[in-house]
Amino acid sequence: MPPSITLRGVSKVYRPPKKPPYLAIDGVDLDVDQGRFVSVVGPSGCGKSTILALVAGLITATSGTITIRDDPVRAVRTDVGFLFQRDALLPWRTVRENVSLALRFRGLGRREIADRVDPWLARVRLAPFADNFPHELSGGMRKRAQLAQSLVVDPSVLLMDEPFSALDVQTRNLMENELLELWGASGKTVLFITHDLEEAIALSDELVVMTAGPGRIKARYPVPLPRPRNVSEVRFAPGFVSLYERAWSDLRDEVLRSYERSLRSAS
Amino acid sequence: MSDTVTLGVERIPLARRDWFVRALQLGVILFFIGAWEGLGRAGVLDPFYYSRPSLFLPRIAEWFAPGSTAGDIWLDIRVTLTETVLGFVIGTLLGLIVGYAFARNRLLGLAFDPLLSMFNAIPRLVLAPVFILAFGIDLASKVALGVTLVFFIVFFATFAAVRDVDQTLVDNVRILGARRRDVTFEVLLPAAFSAIVASLRTSAGFAFAGAVVAEYIGSNAGLGRRIATAEAFFDSTGVFGGIVLIALLALLLDSLLQLAEGRSSRWKPRRER
Repeated sequence: MPPSITLRGVSKVYRPPKKPPYLAIDGVDLDVDQGRFVSVVGPSGCGKSTILALVAGLITATSGTITIRDDPVRAVRTDVGFLFQRDALLPWRTVRENVSLALRFRGLGRREIADRVDPWLARVRLAPFADNFPHELSGGMRKRAQLAQSLVVDPSVLLMDEPFSALDVQTRNLMENELLELWGASGKTVLFITHDLEEAIALSDELVVMTAGPGRIKARYPVPLPRPRNVSEVRFAPGFVSLYERAWSDLRDEVLRSYERSLRSAS
Repeated sequence: MSDTVTLGVERIPLARRDWFVRALQLGVILFFIGAWEGLGRAGVLDPFYYSRPSLFLPRIAEWFAPGSTAGDIWLDIRVTLTETVLGFVIGTLLGLIVGYAFARNRLLGLAFDPLLSMFNAIPRLVLAPVFILAFGIDLASKVALGVTLVFFIVFFATFAAVRDVDQTLVDNVRILGARRRDVTFEVLLPAAFSAIVASLRTSAGFAFAGAVVAEYIGSNAGLGRRIATAEAFFDSTGVFGGIVLIALLALLLDSLLQLAEGRSSRWKPRRER
């Protein structure tokens, strides 16, 4: 399989006004093969969200190159799906209108939009709420609406930035299973960002551990757990604990470093 | 056996009983009017200065009677409302355009910031004489005062809403394929409209106040002029008649806008409305 996403020596320096510039990520090399589910874990402030924003073209790299399916990223990429941590649904638009947005921006007609949106509303089980506004839905329902919103144009790459971290644990496990189900046979490439090691292992084919800022890739682990998986049960599977322990020993030092740094900058 | 759970008979607090609150509100108004009337008749409030409800209420009725000697009341109402609507619409449009432009163009915003702050610091009503000198005693000077009052409210609301718009929303629609104008019409302007609707009742109230005050200072028609005329004749009954009429109109205007506001904010969580 050819790589779907590649990063070559990618660094990003932020220059906030009236503050010293700082290096968020430093020389990141990463290949994500087509159809793979890859998770990036790291302590807060390690620049893992920066990687995702760079791949989507929302910000530009200070150095290095990024390509999606051999196409260098130069501007915002509209051929990817992006799931944000925060609510990204337009609050003044109904669920149906929100899910229709990408098709409307592409100039499709009314009928064609309805033909493609309705099946998606049914798939994420939001058909009865199609004409509700986002604030009338639960957190899990809003996430499902955002999934439908991103997937309605059938992107081959899905970028997810801690999408479920604001949900309660039960809803979160349900959403993770639904994500695996939707992704299952789709052949889509997923780059998933999280600070939760357990979530990362349960979902992915491959695990990438980052260092505390500036973010560099510290270690990569294949996840040899069979699919289909149930995320609330996979943690009891043989192999889960040993992988967790190895990855955690990498991650622990970085989490401590990140924590100590935050204490120093706070004082 | 019954499946239903019988709840204890809970007493609903008086503050949550609608009919009781309404009756109370009416009672307060009637007491206020009654006290005014009573104190006036007892000689505590000199009717020469403070008039009495039993004097100015018939006066208002008289104004509405055909062939009133005080001039056509409907003409006065029409003039004041026209000035209000024009001041409101022009002020809102200008505020929206300038607020949007300043929020989108940092340099423009920075360049004009001190000048606008200075203008905003002026009590706008002192501009009424200036406008009357410049635009005459007709409609234009009243509209101009309304515009200066409404403009700043809408300008600041739009500016803050567009500048502080949630960047996640913008990033999301861009990845979904929004072009520049899609971002404007799908994200930035709706955010601005939401802020404008929230300030709608305030700005409409200011447009109304601007019209009446400018009429009072110098004009040949309108409710403000009616009060000024009555004042010139030491006719406090006429003054209070005008004030009450203006208050009733403002109340009517406000409840209409409240209705419009409710209709346009169905998408907002209840506590933000």
